[in-house]
Amino acid sequence: MEADVTIEVNGKKHMLRVDPATPLLYVLRNQLELNGPKYGCGLEQCGSCMVLMDGVAMPSCRVPVESMQGRAITTLEGLTRADGALHPVQQAFVNEQAAQCGYCLNGMVISAVALLQANKKPDEAAIREGLQRVLCRCSVQPRVIRAVQRAAGTLQ
Amino acid sequence: MKSTPFNPELSRRKFINSLGCLTIGFSLTSTPWASAEPLLAEEKLPGSLQKHPRIDAWLEVLGDGRVRVLTGKMELGQGLRIAIAQVAAEELDLEVEQVEVHLAETGRTPNEGYTAGSGSMENTAMSVRYAAAAARQALLELAAKQWDVSTDRLSMASGRVLWDASKEPLTFAELLNGAQLEQEVKLPVRLKARSEYRYVGKPILRKDIEQMVRAQPFYVQDLRFPGMVHARVVRPPAYEAKLLEFNESTFQAKVPGLLKVVKNGSFLGLITTDEYQAVQGQLLAREHVRWSTPKPLPQGQPLINYLKKLPTSSRTVKEKGAVEVLDKPTKSTWKAEYFKPYQMHGSIGPSCSVALYDGQVLHVWTHTQGVFPLRDALSKMLGMKPESLHVIGVPGSGCYGHNGADDVAADAALLALAYPNKPVRLQWSREEEHAWEPYGSAMWMAAEANLDASGRITHWRYGLWSDSHSTRPGGNAGNLLAARYLEKSFERPSSGYSGGAYRNSEPYYAIPNLKVDSHFFEGPLRVSALRSLGAYGNIFAIESFMDELAHRAQKDPIEFRLMHSEDERSMEVLKKLQEVLRPEKLNANEGIGVAFSRYKNVASYCAVAAKVAVDKKTGDVRLLKMWAVIDAGEVINPDGVKNQTEGGMVQAASWTLKEEVLFDKQHVSSRDWYSYPIFRCGEVPEVEVVVIDRPNEEPLGAGEAAQGPAAAAVVNAIYRACGKRVRHLPVKAAYLK
Repeated sequence: MEADVTIEVNGKKHMLRVDPATPLLYVLRNQLELNGPKYGCGLEQCGSCMVLMDGVAMPSCRVPVESMQGRAITTLEGLTRADGALHPVQQAFVNEQAAQCGYCLNGMVISAVALLQANKKPDEAAIREGLQRVLCRCSVQPRVIRAVQRAAGTLQ
Repeated sequence: MKSTPFNPELSRRKFINSLGCLTIGFSLTSTPWASAEPLLAEEKLPGSLQKHPRIDAWLEVLGDGRVRVLTGKMELGQGLRIAIAQVAAEELDLEVEQVEVHLAETGRTPNEGYTAGSGSMENTAMSVRYAAAAARQALLELAAKQWDVSTDRLSMASGRVLWDASKEPLTFAELLNGAQLEQEVKLPVRLKARSEYRYVGKPILRKDIEQMVRAQPFYVQDLRFPGMVHARVVRPPAYEAKLLEFNESTFQAKVPGLLKVVKNGSFLGLITTDEYQAVQGQLLAREHVRWSTPKPLPQGQPLINYLKKLPTSSRTVKEKGAVEVLDKPTKSTWKAEYFKPYQMHGSIGPSCSVALYDGQVLHVWTHTQGVFPLRDALSKMLGMKPESLHVIGVPGSGCYGHNGADDVAADAALLALAYPNKPVRLQWSREEEHAWEPYGSAMWMAAEANLDASGRITHWRYGLWSDSHSTRPGGNAGNLLAARYLEKSFERPSSGYSGGAYRNSEPYYAIPNLKVDSHFFEGPLRVSALRSLGAYGNIFAIESFMDELAHRAQKDPIEFRLMHSEDERSMEVLKKLQEVLRPEKLNANEGIGVAFSRYKNVASYCAVAAKVAVDKKTGDVRLLKMWAVIDAGEVINPDGVKNQTEGGMVQAASWTLKEEVLFDKQHVSSRDWYSYPIFRCGEVPEVEVVVIDRPNEEPLGAGEAAQGPAAAAVVNAIYRACGKRVRHLPVKAAYLK
């Protein structure tokens, strides 16, 4: 069942011996010990497990790890600069205190980063659309929207 | 991970002994702050402190001069830790960064029961305030003795006591010389003067949000121990289904990495090396297992009709004057009936726990709201002494009440006992959390009232019908899901805490003749505490009804509420809301609705407004904006109060507009986010919260104050927008067309 699979995560290549059908999320969390992407539904409905796949925000909870070969995956961890400085989106979430429990924060930050790469000046409707896949039960979306607006300002 | 039995209590004693433990007795004489008169608290100690009066139950001075605050409460995303750190740093003149907050852990922290009911500020933050103030006095005394100087010549800064420039300051750790402050906090306690506050009342940033954005290990889901194995539980198809047959040998052959199958009565679990193996095993097991078919759940009629036929036990919550006149309705009598369905907590991260049995002690890492009550319930379920259980609180995904947190811990405990010496991690699936969590009970409410010629309410009669709003473990094994399926099974207690159902059932208005009755039924679904308990349903009904009465009395809804208010603080939040709404303009098809309550009738005051647009062709409701004005007494962290109030009202709006747990004849059919939709980003309104700070009043929790008023504000706004009165939740487009 197991096979060698090579994936590139946060700029580093990893050769892993895994069941190639394993959803990417489990490999990121358990083999690579990353905490950013989170298990929320395993159904691609809630966005807790978002990662950037070649710069596009995608859920990682169903996609088999073998299909990720040759693609560049970035997780929440990979957004922080090597010197430890936060990405402007991460920093904006801290400044706006855009979290309560924080479980959705990974999906929100990843989605916002992808959005701001594609659209440097999103209006509020575009921000809402960009965050639509990510559920937040604490209901901090108004703060998240403010954080994305702030980050957009910083990035310009 | 320790391979030897680990007893935190013993290791702590050992730690202190090795430093040469001193028992130091202090006299808590007065040492005022230099410039301002301190507050002398002499009436009574906060609740949790009365039970755990020793300073070192709450505070430990660390070797590096920082202070560790021990709390029996949990961080649920409400920002508990920053509020506690602010209070401790304030009294001890520390930097906030110098305060570490240790969350609930058996054998380590005070037993503060559950983190629930918005009680953490009143109890815990105040206990910490008093303990820190007492610690301050004690530390000043020690320094005074060492320098042979009067305490009033000393000051404190950043974990050090200072005298004059010629003397090297003494750190807290130096003063204690390896000991902790073991004496009890006694009245009177000298508290810092409010005019001297540096942190309390200010929006200090939460430190944990940076940990979150950095993806540091934070949640119980992030725990990784060497040798950790993964588990899943195979749930029955229905609440009462019994395991008849499990074909273990054919199952075993098909699951790679399978380490153990645990079967105990109808409880069936599996343990594997890798997590994905457990996920696959859980699915595959369904093909190898046969369950009994229990009595079907009620079908074929609206839920409210079914609930109305259930037997009830009743009690009168409040009776004042006489309301029999309502038996003979007149033109000035108004009656209405309201309904709220079962609603779920809907945590975004399904419940998770790690457990390890080392041969002597069972360690359980859990995001429960109460490590001590969970320990006691586990102790009964497992037949183990409480001392053999070590329950450690670790944050999880937001819970908003009693979700699957305790249940998954019980599952993990059972599996770890059957597979000793390995940390067993159990992650519930989305489907398990949706289909097995205990929901907020469906309720129906009936209200009737008479108005006099001036539009004043003269008579009020109100009844509510509900299942329990708390079946927390509370030391009772039968409230743990797994316990009902064990070979030696525990009965689900027949009647839970019915008190939660009539929370806020008495209107917080001046009404001369009034009667409130609460009727308890046992409904078809598993139920427990959901944020604000019965207050959501009761305030939805009462504040909708107030709006209906205001309309009949031809009064402005805020004026109508003011007319019936006697409490100045109620009036102030209502007037402030009125002021905030004044510039608001409405388009056609738009409406603004308001509502008010004082949570539990003794806690925070909260007035909420909602602005909606209703499309009369489709019946679609767009929630444009929500406002709240909240008076939570003394505010420790205004941004914390705002965040809780914003989140609470938007969550309650999602409950109100969208949510309803559905079931078929077998079991709950709301099993994912398509079958149980909640607000997505595009549906979330703009929000604005005004916090009224009352520094001289008791601090009150703010986490649940908005739930009820938000519901009523939304339906009242719909009425103003389109003239349709929604009395049956959730709001359905078909009714508004």
